[in-house]
Amino acid sequence: MIFNFSDYADLLPLITNSLLAGALLAIVGGLIGVFVNTRDMSFAVHGISELSFAGASMALLLGANVVVGSIAGSLVAAALIGLLGSKARERNSIVAVLMPAGLGLGILAISLYHGQALNKFGLLTGQIVSVDNPQLAWLAGISLFILAVLAVVWRPLAFASLDPEVATARGVPTRALSVVFMLLLGLAVAASVQVVGALLVLSLLVTPAAAALRITKVPARVAILSVVFALISVLGGILLALGAGLPISPYVTTISFLIYVKARVIERLKK
Amino acid sequence: MTQISKNRATGKPVLEITDATLAFGEKTLWTGLNLTVQPQEFIAVIGSNGSGKSSLLRAILGQEQLTSGAIRVNGHAAGHGSKEIGYIPQHRSTDASTPMRARDLLSLGYDGHRWGIPLSTSKVRARVNHVLDCIDGHELADKPIGTLSGGQLQRFRVGQAVIGSPDLILADEPLSALDLHQQQAVANLIDEERREHQAAVLFVTHDVNPILGMVDRVLYLANGRFRIGTPDEVLRSEVLSELYGTPVDVLRNQGRIVVVGIHDHEHHPDEEWA
Repeated sequence: MIFNFSDYADLLPLITNSLLAGALLAIVGGLIGVFVNTRDMSFAVHGISELSFAGASMALLLGANVVVGSIAGSLVAAALIGLLGSKARERNSIVAVLMPAGLGLGILAISLYHGQALNKFGLLTGQIVSVDNPQLAWLAGISLFILAVLAVVWRPLAFASLDPEVATARGVPTRALSVVFMLLLGLAVAASVQVVGALLVLSLLVTPAAAALRITKVPARVAILSVVFALISVLGGILLALGAGLPISPYVTTISFLIYVKARVIERLKK
Repeated sequence: MTQISKNRATGKPVLEITDATLAFGEKTLWTGLNLTVQPQEFIAVIGSNGSGKSSLLRAILGQEQLTSGAIRVNGHAAGHGSKEIGYIPQHRSTDASTPMRARDLLSLGYDGHRWGIPLSTSKVRARVNHVLDCIDGHELADKPIGTLSGGQLQRFRVGQAVIGSPDLILADEPLSALDLHQQQAVANLIDEERREHQAAVLFVTHDVNPILGMVDRVLYLANGRFRIGTPDEVLRSEVLSELYGTPVDVLRNQGRIVVVGIHDHEHHPDEEWA
């Protein structure tokens, strides 16, 4: 049975943490996604998420903190992609090289792991609805850090992303900003992997913003719509998954995909 | 007040290029270049393709390292760009999906270099509206930049370059991709701005004719050498023949100048607008 909402009221209090974590990640993912799209880095997100998965799995195997492992993997990937792939074409091939390497390493670590197997593949495909308090604290910390940095760099980062030539001429430190953005992206991916899983991070960090960009070209509206779409996908996904006892990711990805389809239809109708 | 207004009051040069050389390996683009530009001066930078016109602008923006010599903007060494400079890049068509309206181009030109979240304050709106008045852009302001024509986008590029009241405007082929009428409109906008706000202008162009009436001095680059002077001093058969090292004719016809005899592979085989 895919849906069973008979004891929904009893279950709801148990997922307060998940809802909080999901809401934070949706806000972060929706905002970061705007720059992922305008900077043409969708594929890089995928590469970072596979290395984040590798880091998390290694941490699981070694008995270390999974979130820390996931962040470490993310940042290594973000640094490699940032340093080696300044041009889009180079970046794509580096991502394509890193992706299977990370995935393989992660699967190896998970196969060797003999502990509590419940969340083994949760890192790839998303957790069953359960976020414990320490995990929530990590996610909240990462999310608030990302939001704080974004609030400082937003305007020059937008300038550098949308109009790089003139931004550079006006003295905007475009290279430094691109390093800062890779750091934020790495952290956002590491946080998202905890909830939707490495394979499905794109549904949080790319799809909502891509849908928003279909509907409007007004910068502020793109950001707001992207966050709203991400919130609907994540919170809707968690609430639906609760009734089914299945991982949340199929619900999150399906909602976010349907929003994107709807956005394309709206765009077509506008023309 | 600021450094800027002091400079204008005391007539200090906006741009000083001292004994500058730019070479890529064996090829020397220009050497021993000395140029001092005063506020409100309009300088046309002319030369064949590959003569280093755009590289000169890039060097002033700190994006190209001089082989030797120095460049100073408002008295300090050229760094990595500057908010004292307004830059009009070469025309490039913009991706239609770029989430940016024409008015966003202007507001980013005004305060895009500042940290923080873009807030549409009344100060920014007033400044954007003023520039929209100047470039006759109100009707286009809310269109995505990807939907603008070449001429429309170029008008907004000029607006973006002047909105922060820069001391120095660097324009890289701002008239390419424009028809004659649009060329005149865009050139006039830049000319008005420098007269009203005493900005100096370095205007890179293939064709000096649309701006002939505005130009104070010409910097003509060719064969690794250069000439600087008023259009009448530089745009003469004997001067350009010496510069190119081959016979060149400068013809004047109905107020227009045509240089004949330069073999420039990118253009008409044996003639080019100066």
